[in-house]
Amino acid sequence: MATKPKIAFFDFTSCEGCQLTVVDLLQTHLGLLDLVEIVQFREAMSEKGEDFQIAFIEGSCSRKSDEARLQTIREQAVVVVALGACAHLGGINALKNYWPIENVQTYVYGKHGKDAYESYPARPISAVIKVDAVIPGCPIDRHEFLRIVQLLLQGRKPRLPDYPLCVECKFKENACLNTLGKPCLGPITRAGCGAICPSFGDGCEGCRGWAPEANFAYMREILRGHGLSDADIDARFTMFNHYQLQQMGEPAPVTTPLGPNKTAPLPTSAFAAPKED
Amino acid sequence: MTENIKVNVHHVTRVEGHGNIVVDVRAGTIEKCELQIVETPRFFEAMLHGRPYTQASHITSRICGICACGHATASLRATERALQVKLSEQTIRLRRLVFHGELLDSHILHVYMLVAPDFLGVGSVIPLATSHPEVVKRALRMKQFAGDLCAAFAGRHTHPIAMTVGGFTQFPALSKVEELRERAEALLADVDATVELFGSLPWPSFERETEYVALVQPDYYGFIDGEIGSTDGDTLPVDQYRAVTNERLAPHSTAKHTAFNRDSYMVGALARYNLKHQHLHPRAKAAAAHLGLSAPCYNPFLNSTAQVVEIVHCVDDVILLLDEVLKRGIAWEKPGPVTLAPGARGVGACDVPRGILFHEYQISENGLIEEANCVIPTGQNLGNIDRDMRALVPTLLTEPEDSIRLKMEMLVRAYDPCISCSTHFLNVEFVGK
Repeated sequence: MATKPKIAFFDFTSCEGCQLTVVDLLQTHLGLLDLVEIVQFREAMSEKGEDFQIAFIEGSCSRKSDEARLQTIREQAVVVVALGACAHLGGINALKNYWPIENVQTYVYGKHGKDAYESYPARPISAVIKVDAVIPGCPIDRHEFLRIVQLLLQGRKPRLPDYPLCVECKFKENACLNTLGKPCLGPITRAGCGAICPSFGDGCEGCRGWAPEANFAYMREILRGHGLSDADIDARFTMFNHYQLQQMGEPAPVTTPLGPNKTAPLPTSAFAAPKED
Repeated sequence: MTENIKVNVHHVTRVEGHGNIVVDVRAGTIEKCELQIVETPRFFEAMLHGRPYTQASHITSRICGICACGHATASLRATERALQVKLSEQTIRLRRLVFHGELLDSHILHVYMLVAPDFLGVGSVIPLATSHPEVVKRALRMKQFAGDLCAAFAGRHTHPIAMTVGGFTQFPALSKVEELRERAEALLADVDATVELFGSLPWPSFERETEYVALVQPDYYGFIDGEIGSTDGDTLPVDQYRAVTNERLAPHSTAKHTAFNRDSYMVGALARYNLKHQHLHPRAKAAAAHLGLSAPCYNPFLNSTAQVVEIVHCVDDVILLLDEVLKRGIAWEKPGPVTLAPGARGVGACDVPRGILFHEYQISENGLIEEANCVIPTGQNLGNIDRDMRALVPTLLTEPEDSIRLKMEMLVRAYDPCISCSTHFLNVEFVGK
């Protein structure tokens, strides 16, 4: 029998929910362990091997000192897979990119925050190293993970759906939330999750990234039709895609939701910053 | 007696998030004994600033993949209390079911996959699948039920979809509820086997008396809302959580420390057990007796057995709640309405798997979050872990370093730390005295 491909999981700035989704997948697909050898998965195991061929990386890169670790993984791995929205898009972590990093550090941790908590604007891992494949979503869809692993094991390059979420939503025979007055980003979001959020009555939030040729202007018109302010629409566009919109430049709608002044600093927080002795 | 010991565990495994254990003993004296937190900071309070209140629970569930429903629930309760939203009995019932699903998922993951390998002499659950296949299959079966329970009512466990301010956006068919009810009944054999297995493990004997803090309710063993209880006697409304957590920057530390009546306190399953064991369902009380747990218990390693007791309790509670849902049916209720007013503030508190969790928001009259604060259980436990480590190390000095390393890792793991909930306790430097 040929040796099994060795795979490893790594986490950077994230909630580790995508790796947990992989653990959940094993509930129904324990046979996956017959096909691959997991040599590193810190959240679930103490054993540690460095001779992996496929690296799954969860999380954004949000500090300088993590770049070297990413480079080391890249040098070892034949295939690097970005696992989930944080690694793929920057995701939720990039919400802090609204403000200068020093401002964010002191807002949450007080005047020592800048020295104590190393951080810089959150980015997807593709901003630091070459990425060969992506498994989108917040969190990933376990069935898509399985499909992509199967393709990688066959030596094939995985492809993501190149159409918007609405296609899958129609297949599910869901009533369109946008026509029911509930804001949904399905028309501009890449499909692949089976339209899970609209299927549970909640509008798509764009965690899988934009569909090719997404029409932002028309999406904005639809959302205005729900009576949403531009600031509210911006908040929806940026929830998972702040970094992407920044990179796109125009027509990226990035404003500070609390006010028109885009560079207004965060005020002093009476809530989060700790008392100081 | 060993004179010099150096233990350096870089990135403790089988915990959520990144932490290092450093022990340095010279000439029999502890020079250094610390749990260093090296997780990247994420700044959720800043992320929430200026966002519509409707996004808060979906943003904060992303604090933690394991406690996603717990963060969402605490966030919703903070928002609802700020915006004076009234919840229906059905909403309260369905949220409890989701919460139990997550607690079962988290506890099963912890005791079977993260703790059990230490006792069964393997590095992880993966060799366990070969050496003890029935144990692993049972754990996966139970975990799958827990995940399916969350998914039926909330869409998925990580990250919940259908839970919204004031209620739910979707409801399951009653046939789905019936199916879950049957599966819950069938799960009882697995629950019994779980109590048997963990009752047979040689838990380390180590005690250090400390303060235990958990949410308390007058007549049931609850996890959502209630008052803040302490084994040192005080009971406070959740609005006054700051009097309990007392987050401070200590001069020798860059972390936010918490302390209530003593230098440190413990939260989590053992704290809940110590504070309200009398409200456990009968089968859970019997399980506690079988596991050798009796209140007050001062052995932090037994936090894992308290989790087993809560698994028993929650499965019974799930059966009662599902029966109630089947009896009353499910109404497609619209979420309760919100009242927006300038400077509205609210605190939400839940006892998530790892302990008491607080969210506090201030929401403007146009529905945007002006201020946010999240105080998470692992942050509250760190001071107590540190003190336990310093008390444990002197009892281990005659043991080989590998054994010391394992015991220290087991102690940290017993707290089930969730370091990726990386608000407020980073770069901890505990300076040995």
